[in-house]
Amino acid sequence: MSIDKDTVKHISKLAKISLDEKKISDLSKDLSSIMKFIEKLNKLNTDNITPLTSIINASLKSRIDEVNDGKIRDQILKNSPENNEEFFVVPKVID
Amino acid sequence: MSNISQLSLTKIVKGIKKKEFTSEEVTKVFIANSKKSKKLNTYITECFDEALISAKNFDKKKDYNGLLSGIPIAIKDLFCTKDIKTTAGSKILNNFIPTYESTVTKNLWSQGAFLLGKLNCDEFAMGSSNETSFFGNVINPYGEKIVPGGSSGGSASALAAELTPATIGTDTGGSIRQPASFTGTVGLKPTYGRCSRWGIVAFASSLDQAGPMTKNVEDCALLLQAMSSYDPKDSTSIDIKVENYSSKLTEKVKGLKIGIPKEYRVDDMPVEIDSLWKKGIDYLKDAGAVIKNISLPHTMYALPTYYIVAPAEASSNLARYDGVKYGHRAKGNNLIEMYENTRSEGFGNEVKRRILIGTYVLSSGYYDAYYLKAQKVRQLIKNDFDKSFTEVDAILTPSTPSSAFKIGDKTDDPISMYLNDIFTVPVNLSGLPAISVPAGYDKNNLPLGLQLIGKPFDEQTILNLSLAIEKRVNFKKNFKNWWC
Amino acid sequence: MGEKKFDYFISGDKAKWEVVIGLEVHAQVLSKSKLFSSSSTKFGADPNTQVSLVDSGFPGMLPVINQFCIEQSIKTGLGLKAKINLYSVFDRKNYFYADLPQGYQISQYKNPIVGEGEVILDLPYGSKKVGIERLHLEQDAGKSIHDMDPENTFVDLNRSGVALMEIVSKPDLRSPEEVNFYIKKLRSIMRYLGTCDGNMQEGSLRADVNVSVRKIGDKKFGTRCEIKNVNSIKFMQAAIEYEANRQVDLLETGKNIDQETRLFDTKKNITRSMRSKENAHDYRYFPDPDLLPLKIDKSLISKLEKELPELPDEKKERFMKEHKLSSYEANILVSDKEISDFYEEVIKSCDKKLATNWITVELFAVLNKKNLNISQSPVSAKNLSSLIKMISSGKISGKIAKYVFEKMQVDNKDPNQIVEKESLIQQSDPKELEKIIVSVLLKNKDKVAQYKSGKEKLFGYFVGEVMKLSKGKANPQLVNQILKNNLK
Repeated sequence: MSIDKDTVKHISKLAKISLDEKKISDLSKDLSSIMKFIEKLNKLNTDNITPLTSIINASLKSRIDEVNDGKIRDQILKNSPENNEEFFVVPKVID
Repeated sequence: MSNISQLSLTKIVKGIKKKEFTSEEVTKVFIANSKKSKKLNTYITECFDEALISAKNFDKKKDYNGLLSGIPIAIKDLFCTKDIKTTAGSKILNNFIPTYESTVTKNLWSQGAFLLGKLNCDEFAMGSSNETSFFGNVINPYGEKIVPGGSSGGSASALAAELTPATIGTDTGGSIRQPASFTGTVGLKPTYGRCSRWGIVAFASSLDQAGPMTKNVEDCALLLQAMSSYDPKDSTSIDIKVENYSSKLTEKVKGLKIGIPKEYRVDDMPVEIDSLWKKGIDYLKDAGAVIKNISLPHTMYALPTYYIVAPAEASSNLARYDGVKYGHRAKGNNLIEMYENTRSEGFGNEVKRRILIGTYVLSSGYYDAYYLKAQKVRQLIKNDFDKSFTEVDAILTPSTPSSAFKIGDKTDDPISMYLNDIFTVPVNLSGLPAISVPAGYDKNNLPLGLQLIGKPFDEQTILNLSLAIEKRVNFKKNFKNWWC
Repeated sequence: MGEKKFDYFISGDKAKWEVVIGLEVHAQVLSKSKLFSSSSTKFGADPNTQVSLVDSGFPGMLPVINQFCIEQSIKTGLGLKAKINLYSVFDRKNYFYADLPQGYQISQYKNPIVGEGEVILDLPYGSKKVGIERLHLEQDAGKSIHDMDPENTFVDLNRSGVALMEIVSKPDLRSPEEVNFYIKKLRSIMRYLGTCDGNMQEGSLRADVNVSVRKIGDKKFGTRCEIKNVNSIKFMQAAIEYEANRQVDLLETGKNIDQETRLFDTKKNITRSMRSKENAHDYRYFPDPDLLPLKIDKSLISKLEKELPELPDEKKERFMKEHKLSSYEANILVSDKEISDFYEEVIKSCDKKLATNWITVELFAVLNKKNLNISQSPVSAKNLSSLIKMISSGKISGKIAKYVFEKMQVDNKDPNQIVEKESLIQQSDPKELEKIIVSVLLKNKDKVAQYKSGKEKLFGYFVGEVMKLSKGKANPQLVNQILKNNLK
């Protein structure tokens, strides 16, 4: 399956990465060759195989319902590119 | 004094305990070596001042109870270290200072070690040559134009060049074992779930594992024990007792059955790799192991499977890098623009490729054909190993299909770069432990490694087998310091 | 039963249309900590103070599931008479938004924790079963605040990671009224179970409303639109009305309905299409590799089943049978767990019929007037019970009781004390009453004569005089009896 420029544009929108025309062109090439490589899997019949759900043969461990986290606003906001001591601040959404 | 950096980790630990030298002396040596070696570009963040203070404090307190008492250690910049910049080799995190410590590094510090610095790596652990880092290429001490392998290239290079007595890396498709092979060092990827992933910048959650990278097998056993623990903060961490790998380490491997998978003899296999493999078989035979031919029929599908699963998980794991909470933020007139510019500016080309592939294979209409299919094939690959391990105790293969290549050789063609991982990737897909041990040189005097793959949580067996090989190979470093 | 018939149809120009509604209700799980992290879920905290490193998606952070949230979902499933799935999977739902720090929401896609179930509604025109498709667990998102700054959005992640149960109904609802009953029933069941407090003002309960229309008699479903995130029943009803009519208008003029997501504009009372082109979200669901599949032991389900409280439907049946209440009365008393708790507390030591009446009529009148719910009742169950006991024993009359009830509402005073303090005890001594009655009749000989010659209305006058003389305390039944005797 080759990945044309429109597909690259579509995926990049989903992945929220902006790309210029040259990049789109390069990526179309690269991704197509990667997809060609990946499509080797089509040679293999996997009709009756259950997909792997987890490498680990164990059950999901759970924790007790206790509050012992949070109240660390300073830490949470410390690395933020823009905040006002209480909130994260981001450019407005257009909805 | 400079002899200290030639010693193994184990010997340095013993030496500090026996008061043959102080932690400060040890630390000064590695700092001096590191400062002289900027050409190798192994460090992203140096913590030399802090390390010296820690060393001096250690010498005052004299607490020799830890497995790594008084040891300075530099680590891959994928482990979040409290108050020390952690970049994952990426522009998008190049100003990120975690307020928390990863479980694995916490374990090291609790064993008496302290941080020497953060080592360079491929961006977000995506790469096999350490050529994708935002902070520039890492050079292999074996040659100015040679790659060290990746993604733990900085770790492998620093280790081989004696800038750190040992180090830790992460392995998702071979990122510990392949650079170990390229730099003549030992690298082990533990069983999935052996080491905690909490606080490690995630690449592909079902494949990532932290592991030790050391000069020899004895060091590897020691460091593995120090790193490993069950972590309730990681739902994929397994609660199995951590063995004292060092005390059980032995080269007595008589009677162990070693599987030789025929499918690993790939088309166009370089003669040198094949003969290295044969030598490995001979070494183990000599040690009393029994050699058995086995078949892992789905081996050829491992790389394509990996290049669906890993990018898919990565595309989701890297969605959090959006400029909102931490890291790089670009300008944008609205939220979406800010996202798109931030991620465009912040991610390098390889990361972008993988995010886009990952997004594509998960997208509507393609999920069944790619991701679901890959998970089925993954089951088949795992089944191959499970079946083989009813007949053998370990599997011997080459670590890499070639020795270290030249910088720039494979950067134009992603697929040729991916093929580096052909022997290592099946192991991650199956969650098994595997180690690369230096086993010889190619005709260009570049190191080659042999890989031993073990049963789940049977790191001891592959450590022992590696020791048997190591003792017979008698691998010696054959490069001179050309960079300072 | 009810003589009322279902009659919600849209009469278009060309045909009569039926409205088909399905609801996806998001109910916040009552738990101390969040679904995958240990920060608090309390409502109303200062921004970003109930946020952990996991909640804010820092590098290397990993989810660990809250056992209690699993149990709360199972309990809710049992309350919906639904199948509990012993194997379920958590999937990542991938999309970008400022209040979604990881860039994905951990949810459940193909393998939810709870399967098909049902809810029974007691509608004015009869009983109706509404099918439940499934219930799954997922993370709530944080809050984006758009109106505090002209150029920026502020993000508060306190709510990010709180456990939600998404309850998906089958498209069985047919009117805004049915939606009202459904939401209230769902809410009631969860409040009985203690799995969700159903507080819509605090956002504990919200719904996405799916609306489509079809001509009456059509078997096929029409194209539906989803109205997202409606947080009150009133708004849901208004949204449905508007949307159904909008769709009918379009279809009758030959146009097609675009399957899309819409928002309800609460100011203009209309639904409108979401402007952003992200309409067709591709969520790229896949199983979360940081978690393992959830395997539930049958023994856990049995344990939780045994611990289930009596649910509204069962309680209603029992009230009707054991306490001889009418369906109408029973409905009111079980509609909320707090009401049925109050009722059951009251009737511990007094007459059930009187209790029913006093709660559903007198007390409710007070609560409605002052806009209180029963947990804020100015009169406690204990005191109401005491009051009713006094009526049953004849200590005070019904009329006096109403007076006492009013006085009780100030500081929840003990009725016994009020009665004693104001000497309100009913005069029920026949001898004393005889004295008063005789004296009244003696004073009104002329009226007695008129009564005896046919003016029967004067009986009321005598009663009134007796009441006046006894300062209202005379036992009305006895007065009637004794007065009749004396007028023979």
